[in-house]
Amino acid sequence: MNGSMNQRPLLEVDDLAVRFYTLRGTVHALEDVSFKLGQGESVGLVGETGCGKSLTARAILRIISPPGKIIRGHIRFEDKQLLELSEKEIRDIRGNQISMIMQEPKMSLNPSMRVGKQVAETLMIHDRSLGKRAAMAQALDMLNAVSIPDPGHMSKRFPHELSGGMAQRIMIAMMLVTRPKLLIADEPTSALDVTIQAQIIDLINGLIEDIGSSVLMISHDLGVVAETCDRVIVMYAGSVAESGLVEEVMENPQHPYTQGLLRTLPDAIDPGQPLYSIKGTVPNLLEEPLGCRFAPRCPQAMDRCFRQKPPVFDVGPGHQVACFLHETSSPQASASSGPSAGLEV
Amino acid sequence: MSDTTREDALKPEVVRQMRSEARKRYFQDSYTLWKRNPITMVGTIVIALLILIAFIAPLLATHDPFNQVLADRLHAPSAAHWFGTDNLGRDIYSRVVHGSRLTLMIAILVAVISGPIGLVVGVLSGYLGGWVDEVLMRISDVFLAFPKLILAVAFAAALGAGLENAIIAISIANWPGYARMVRAETLAVRNSDYIQAIRVLGAGRLRIMIGHITPMCMSTLIVRVSFDMGAIILIAAGLGFLGLGAQPPSPEWGLMVSDGRDYLVDQWWVSTLPGIAILIVVLGFNLIGDGIRDILDPHQRQS
Repeated sequence: MNGSMNQRPLLEVDDLAVRFYTLRGTVHALEDVSFKLGQGESVGLVGETGCGKSLTARAILRIISPPGKIIRGHIRFEDKQLLELSEKEIRDIRGNQISMIMQEPKMSLNPSMRVGKQVAETLMIHDRSLGKRAAMAQALDMLNAVSIPDPGHMSKRFPHELSGGMAQRIMIAMMLVTRPKLLIADEPTSALDVTIQAQIIDLINGLIEDIGSSVLMISHDLGVVAETCDRVIVMYAGSVAESGLVEEVMENPQHPYTQGLLRTLPDAIDPGQPLYSIKGTVPNLLEEPLGCRFAPRCPQAMDRCFRQKPPVFDVGPGHQVACFLHETSSPQASASSGPSAGLEV
Repeated sequence: MSDTTREDALKPEVVRQMRSEARKRYFQDSYTLWKRNPITMVGTIVIALLILIAFIAPLLATHDPFNQVLADRLHAPSAAHWFGTDNLGRDIYSRVVHGSRLTLMIAILVAVISGPIGLVVGVLSGYLGGWVDEVLMRISDVFLAFPKLILAVAFAAALGAGLENAIIAISIANWPGYARMVRAETLAVRNSDYIQAIRVLGAGRLRIMIGHITPMCMSTLIVRVSFDMGAIILIAAGLGFLGLGAQPPSPEWGLMVSDGRDYLVDQWWVSTLPGIAILIVVLGFNLIGDGIRDILDPHQRQS
């Protein structure tokens, strides 16, 4: 935890909204996404496919391309408002202060460039005075740090000559060689073999500790998050449903969606039981969000859930839930959405 | 390979050795790929012969290509004049041999001029998009609206007859095709994950275009240009034939075909033999293109 709660957070996302203007209408991909990430903290961002996890990460780095558009919100990183920076200023931050490990390591490496050069290029982008040889030396050090055997030889290889695990190590080297303050890991293990996943997670954690970076770990794998993160943010259909300390949320989930999500995990104590699934499907994001997005699937939904958007309630220290079931428990924590904030556009 | 530590890997002699090993392997693989395709082999041999002949033309020629011996005009092929003589008594064999230099020069210069223009226009258009794309592509549309030969004839006529102007004219007619193709390639590459990744690393547009998009377009462009070599030579010969390309007395093949027009019935060799030279070279270039693609494609090397 490193006492992260006391200082000013490293990253603060406030009331972020992203929409896609498509031919078939406006997709409300992110609505009212707010969270904080402290210095040296690692936070997991979980949710099912399409709930906006990766999109949140891309919004932070401002790499959302048309027809997607950030229409509202603030993203503060250290003392900079990322959404207000010029293109050149944000470029200085990308890869240097905030890096992102991608899902598909093999697709994310340039197929026509030797991998050592790709790692060195990250350095050269951000330090123009750095010579090729010096950059290569640092790159080789980094390859060593990500446990690439025989870096001198491997750095001369092309991406298609590497296994998925090796490619992901290269990717990690590329992203961490500049010692960024924040690392976004977008499902770093989902494209990998199960046997390698643990190694990669351990590797990331080890390097992060050395460098002292904060991590935003995006995953649909609750196990990975439970193992590596201090806090967890649960997203559903483009909004934050619940956030809090990992143990707290895992053992004492407060949002009906989180409760359902945790029940879907195969149970080791009681094998042979059919797997649980949350009834219904993810809502169509083309519709104007009215009320709680989870309401149609929620076993405890009330009338007002369909009409009003639930604000965020504190249910414990650092534990917040966007659900009317907890209305009595405490005053609101979020300034962004008042009690009748359901219809803002 | 033994464990190479970082210190070892940076030693110049180690680096040099690794490079030479990699290069050796590259050429071995290239040779294997080349051998696999007999058609490419034929094409390569033809073009290699053309290059060789162009280099040692003065040694191969039996006569001075410009020397007119009016007493010997229109002689049929014989031991003295292997391809016969033309209407001014010049030795056709020697002229064809010297003409290979012109042909090769035209093909290379047009490729070197129009290839890079197409590359720059295509990458800019594809990567920047928006109004840049719109303007550049509408300009290239105007060029593509006319057949290449007609366009080349028009430009050659406007610039004035002559070999240099013919080369410029053909280049002008040629680049829009390359720009179109490179743009398509750029559009395919620009949204790929690794371009996203390099953007995430903070790379600017110029770095992405030069360092990451252009190399991906190179192999397609080289293949396309080598496929086009035949067409380029044909257009150049066509311009020479029409009197808009190389001027007499230069031994350009198209011009020589044109010279023989009046004697086609009785002295067939005057036109036909330079024509066959054009045929063989164009065919050679067309056969070679496919093999070049195989050799340049890194995926072919995996197995």
